[in-house]
Amino acid sequence: METFIHQFLSGLANGGIYAAIGLALVMIFQATHHINFAQGEQAMLSAYVALVLIQAGAPYWLAFIVALGFGFVLGVALERLIVRHFNDAPVLSIVVVFLGLLFIINSLAGWIFSYNVQSFPSPFPAGLGGKFMSAHEVGMVGVTLITLALVFAFFRFTPLGLAMRAAAQNPEGSRLVGIRVGWILTLGWGLAGAVGAIAAIMAAPVVYIEPNMMAGVLLYGFAAALLGGINNPWGAVAGGFIVGVLENLAGAYVVGTELKLSVALIIIIAVLVMRPAGLFGRAIVTRV
Amino acid sequence: MTAASFGQPITPAHVAGVIVLLLVAACIPFVVSSFHLLQFTMVVVYAIALLGLNILTGYNGQISLGHGAFYAIGAYTTAILLDRTGIPYWAAIPIAGLICFVSGFLFGLPALRLEGLYLALSTFALAIATPQLLKFRGFEPWTGGVQGTFVSTFAAPFGLPLKWDQWLYLFALAIAALMFLLAWNLLRGATGVAIVAIRDNPIAATSMGINTALYKSLTFGVSAMYTGIAGALGALVAQFVSPDSFSIFLSLSLLVGSVIGGVTSLSGAIFGAFFIQFVPNLADQVSKAATWAVYGAVLIAFMYAMPAGIAGLVSATAKRLLRR
Repeated sequence: METFIHQFLSGLANGGIYAAIGLALVMIFQATHHINFAQGEQAMLSAYVALVLIQAGAPYWLAFIVALGFGFVLGVALERLIVRHFNDAPVLSIVVVFLGLLFIINSLAGWIFSYNVQSFPSPFPAGLGGKFMSAHEVGMVGVTLITLALVFAFFRFTPLGLAMRAAAQNPEGSRLVGIRVGWILTLGWGLAGAVGAIAAIMAAPVVYIEPNMMAGVLLYGFAAALLGGINNPWGAVAGGFIVGVLENLAGAYVVGTELKLSVALIIIIAVLVMRPAGLFGRAIVTRV
Repeated sequence: MTAASFGQPITPAHVAGVIVLLLVAACIPFVVSSFHLLQFTMVVVYAIALLGLNILTGYNGQISLGHGAFYAIGAYTTAILLDRTGIPYWAAIPIAGLICFVSGFLFGLPALRLEGLYLALSTFALAIATPQLLKFRGFEPWTGGVQGTFVSTFAAPFGLPLKWDQWLYLFALAIAALMFLLAWNLLRGATGVAIVAIRDNPIAATSMGINTALYKSLTFGVSAMYTGIAGALGALVAQFVSPDSFSIFLSLSLLVGSVIGGVTSLSGAIFGAFFIQFVPNLADQVSKAATWAVYGAVLIAFMYAMPAGIAGLVSATAKRLLRR
């Protein structure tokens, strides 16, 4: 029983990371109907920025904030410089462009920071841990929940958040009431980049930092977003926690740790086949 | 959009061009070193794999980021058949193709319900999970687990005075020629029109009486078969299969080749195969990381400037020159 509780809770902790990546994916999907395959790599690069600052002697939380800012700026730059030109392109072109970005960011990181696996510090004092969860796991859950609360408050209570929701739901109407839809999309990319950066910085002490660190995490993020419903941010968050727990329990009791990634594959295919709208999403009806 | 448009008459010039191309290709093993010959053999192998991907993604509009999985199935089937049974290599290849057809068809069944982006996602997941599945302990008695399995070599038949690698190249070239002929034949008739109609307008295709579900799964199966046959030949070339040679990067390389060569054409498979075989070698001389940076930059540039790939560029140039 104790191992079960331990596996369950540490699954929840990992789930926080998947929730954050899933949330970032959904934020971009809602605004543009694109799935950003480069989301994980953007996040990885931001985590490297934090690592460089920490190694240079900067305080952890300063490095954290700067990395978030970097994630934001990177998202804004990618949207403005590259993705923008493909908004009306066929799906294949868009997927290929995102994969191109994935390759470029991944090899840039390898070039600059080398492919060596490095450890990444955790800011949480050991006292935070308990019988079932390590200090970092507790901190990770805390940071994820704070992030989610902030994102929620931003969209719910600020005029800018409201404008973003409006632009995603009805671009034409939003333009008519004076919202600059183009820049709102850019801002969405920036925010998604920052949320992704948090996920990578929290994941780095667990999976270690290297250019390919986010491949698995991104896959679970996809699974989270699809499970919760790709058009529902809160669904994606719930999906993230569910995927985290499922992954850990399946790894511990069913398939063993070597097949953990296949769990994501099975979740993705099962959701898409049985309930394409996800657990909390609404089905998309198109007029033809 | 399609480079090989329907109902286009085949002129004697086309036939002559293909024959000259085949003759030139058949001379390669007698003029290049054995190191370069292996590279050219891989070009032929990749061309078959890309042909499969072009049929699926270019003509039928189903995006696959996970064709490395079918390449792996073809390679492993061949390795296991040669290692465990007395089946000769030339018989193992159609068996590998058949197994890949069935796997592709079965994967295509749930994939039917997935629109472009979601199919891309699930095949991406398939590609990431492939090495793990190949390492799975339960399969280890057959697959050799993490260690992989060796594939034995063979001599040229009928006492032909050819070295192993020369024979293998010619063997692969013959299969490639056959596969291109079959693909051309599949796509030029009513079936081809149905496959393309599903890509361009699935609803209209259905109302014209095309069984969309059946055609899409069959196309997935055929595509997987092509890539699987390429995998089978690839295993013979490498003489070795191991899980880590079938990582996500293989699947992504195939997609890169397909897109850069020209996804909506058959000839694009050849251009793409040259690209993924030779560009990484060039880029590697700069840095290990450079290959993928080059891939990424070239991909985005192609999508921006010429989405029809090299084949599209070649056919547009040819048209312009011939008009004068």
